[in-house]
Amino acid sequence: MSTVTNSDIERAPDRSGATVGNETLLEVRDLKKYFPVKSGGVIRRTVAHVQAVDGVSFTLNKGASLGLVGESGCGKTTTGRLITRLYDPTAGEINFEGTDIGHLTRRQMMPIRSEIQMIFQDPYSSLNPRHTVGTIVGTPLRVHNMVPEKKTLPRVQELLEVVGLNPEHYNRYPSEFSGGQRQRIGIARALALQPKLLVADEPVSALDVSIQAQVVNLLRDVQDEFGVAFLFIAHDLAIVRHFCPEVAVMYLGKIVEIGDRETIYEHPHHPYTQALLSAAPDVKQAAIGGRRERIRLEGDVPSPINPPSGCRFRTRCWMAQEICAKQEPPLLQIGKRHKVACHFAGEIHQAPARPITTEMLGVDDQGNPTGGATPAPMQDQPGFADSWFDLKSKSVTSA
Amino acid sequence: MSTDTFERADDMAAPANPSDPFLVVEQLTVKFPTHDGLVQAVTDLSYTVERGKTLGIVGESGSGKSVSSMAVLGLHDPKHTRLSGSIRVDGQEVIGAPEERMRKIRGNSIAMIFQDALTALHPFYTVGDQISECYRIHHRVSRGEAKKRAIEMLDRVGIPQANRRVDDYPHQFSGGMRQRAMIAMALVNDPQLLIADEPTTALDVTVQAQILDLLQDLQREFNSAVIIITHDLGVVAELSDTTMVMYGGRAVEYGATREILTHPEMPYTWGLLGSIPEVAGDANTRLIPIPGNPPSLLNPPSGCAFHPRCPHIDKVPGDLCRTTLPDLVPGDRGANHVKRCHLANPSEIYAGEVLPEIAPDLIDPETGEMIPEIAEVDPDEV
Repeated sequence: MSTVTNSDIERAPDRSGATVGNETLLEVRDLKKYFPVKSGGVIRRTVAHVQAVDGVSFTLNKGASLGLVGESGCGKTTTGRLITRLYDPTAGEINFEGTDIGHLTRRQMMPIRSEIQMIFQDPYSSLNPRHTVGTIVGTPLRVHNMVPEKKTLPRVQELLEVVGLNPEHYNRYPSEFSGGQRQRIGIARALALQPKLLVADEPVSALDVSIQAQVVNLLRDVQDEFGVAFLFIAHDLAIVRHFCPEVAVMYLGKIVEIGDRETIYEHPHHPYTQALLSAAPDVKQAAIGGRRERIRLEGDVPSPINPPSGCRFRTRCWMAQEICAKQEPPLLQIGKRHKVACHFAGEIHQAPARPITTEMLGVDDQGNPTGGATPAPMQDQPGFADSWFDLKSKSVTSA
Repeated sequence: MSTDTFERADDMAAPANPSDPFLVVEQLTVKFPTHDGLVQAVTDLSYTVERGKTLGIVGESGSGKSVSSMAVLGLHDPKHTRLSGSIRVDGQEVIGAPEERMRKIRGNSIAMIFQDALTALHPFYTVGDQISECYRIHHRVSRGEAKKRAIEMLDRVGIPQANRRVDDYPHQFSGGMRQRAMIAMALVNDPQLLIADEPTTALDVTVQAQILDLLQDLQREFNSAVIIITHDLGVVAELSDTTMVMYGGRAVEYGATREILTHPEMPYTWGLLGSIPEVAGDANTRLIPIPGNPPSLLNPPSGCAFHPRCPHIDKVPGDLCRTTLPDLVPGDRGANHVKRCHLANPSEIYAGEVLPEIAPDLIDPETGEMIPEIAEVDPDEV
C-alpha cells in the first residue's frame, strides 16, 4: 500500500492544502434544545425542561475550526449533537451550505450525513467490539454507496494508512488496539465519507498525555490535507487554543464570549473566561514554585432546569450587581472578531464601573426600565458584523 | 485519638524516629501472576515523603503509579499479588502486616482519595453515614457524636448547609461536591498521610482549582504528608514539593519539582513536557508527541524500558540502551536529582535540542541561552 492514490480522498483537488476559505459552511442561528423532565408515576407528565442549549449562534467557514469550551453541563456536547442531527433542535436554524438542516426528515438528511461526521470522546465505547476494523471503517462507505463493493477494502486500507495505522490490520478487532489507536480508527471512520465538517467531541480527553499530542497532530494534518472544517469541543483550554483560531466559551447553554484565539486567551473580557483561564494549572509555575494567584469561583454550575434570572453567570460572579439579576446581557460585538455577553465587560481588573449595556437595553444602572424609547429587541446574529460597539469610546465604530 | 480505641500492636517495629520521613518505600516490587504471564506492575521503587510535604507521582496509565500507592495502603490481595521490598509508615512495616493491623492503619493514619467519587461512594448509604462509619471504626463514640463530626468535616471542605446535606445520598451531590465528600471522609480521622489518586481528573477546571486549594489548605492545617498521583504536569507544578516520574513500573526521574520540570534529564520527561500545549505560548507550533505506545508490563522491553520510543537512543554509544537497564543515579544537577538514563550530557541536549522545540520562549533570542531567571535554580536550595 505504499503507493496510495489520494485522489479518492480529496474531494476537490484544488482544495488540497486548502487554506481557510471565506465561504460560510455552517451558520447556526438561535439554536435551542430543551429536554423534557418527566414526572414519576403512570402518567409521565412533562414537569420542566432542561435548557441544555438556549439560543446559540455562530458561523463556521469552510476549512476553519471553531473551539467550543466550557464546563460539563454547559451544552457544548448537545450543540455538537444538534449539528450532526443526533438530536432534533427545539428551535433555531442550522444552515449547512445554505440549507436549514434543523428540521429535515431522516430521508432528507441522508445525503447531508455524509458531509457532517463526528469523532466521539470515548474510543472504548464508540467502536463496536464485535466488528473488525475493516467493517467499522467500511460501513459508512457501504451505507452511502461511496465506492463499489470490490473497492471497499482498498479504500479502507487507504484510510487506515492516512490515520497512521498499519493497513494490514483491517481484520483485527478494536480490543487489539490501544486507546490512541482506537481513536485513530474513529477518525478513519469519520473521514471515510470525505466530510466537509467534522464535529470532534472531546477527541483526546480520554487519552494519555503523550498520546494526546499524537492525535492532535493527526487532526491538524487531516485538516491541512483535506480542508475539513472542525467544530472542536473540549474542556481543555490549552488543547483548544492549540487547535482552533476561533474559540467560543459556553456557560449554561449560552455562548458568553466568542472571538479569535488571541483575544480570548490574551484579553478575555468576560469574567467566566477569565476565571477559566486562571484556573488551569500551568507547568511553567514550577520555575516560580507554589500556586498562582487565581480567581476562585465559588460553588458549581447552577441547574439548567431553572437557570438564574438575568445573566446566568451572576450566581458565581464576583462583579455581579443588581442589573445582572434583572437584565440578561446581550452578546455584544466589541471588537472586529470579538463578542461578549456581560454588563461589565472589560479586561481583568479593568471592568467598567457602570454597566455598558444600559443604553441599548433602555434601562438604568440598576437594570430597571427607564421608560424612554424602547430599543429594538436585540437578536444575536451569527458571525461578526463590520461595525461594533467600542468599549473605550462607548459608541459604534467600524474597521 | 485516645489510646484505648487505637491500640498499637506490640509486634510493631521500633518506635518511629520523629526526624525520619513519615513514609519510606524501599525497593518495592509488585507483581501480579495472570493467565498470560507475570505482570511486573512496579519494579524496585524507592521514595520517601516527609510530614507537611507533597510528593507528585506522574506517569501514563499502566506506569505503576496507582499500584504502588495501593501497596502503601495494603490494598492488594496477597493471594494474587507478589509483593517484596519494604514500606514503612511512621516506622511500621506494612508489607506482610496482618490484615488486622492494616485495618487499624488504613483510614486512620493513611487515607486515600479515589479518582471517581461516584463509584467510590456507596450509593445506598447517605454521605453522612459513610463519613461517620469511617470515624466510628477508629474512635469509640456514639452515633450522634460521629454525625456531628461528619457535619463538621463536610462544612470544613466547603459543602454549603452541611447539617442538611449530611443526610443526602451521593447521587444528590454534584461531581465537585462528591469529591469534597470523599475528601471529608478521607480526612475525618486526621490522617498523617493522604494519598490522592487523580483527585481532580474527572472534574472541571474551576472545580479542580477549588479542590486543589482545599487540599493545600488542609495540608497546611494538619501538617500531613500528601502523595498526589496525576498525569497533569500542571497540577504537579503547582502542588508538589518533590516529583517522581514513572515509566513502565519504575521511577525514571525523581527530585525537587522545580528541578524536574525546569531541568529534566530524562527523555521521557522531555517528551511529556513537549506533549502538552500551554495556555500561553505559541499556538501554531506543532506538538511534539512521544512516538509509539506505552510498554507492555507482561513483556517489558530489554534494557531501558523507554528505548523503543526514545528519540535520543543514537546518542548513546554501543547498544547500551537496548541491553542494559540504566541505574537511577544523580546526573549533572546534584545528588537530589536522580534519573534513569544512559545519556552522558542530558543538560546539554535539553538546552540545545529539546528546549528550543518545546519552549522557544524560554530561550534568549540573542544569546541562544536559557533565560537566566529560570535557568539559575540552585538544586541544593530547593
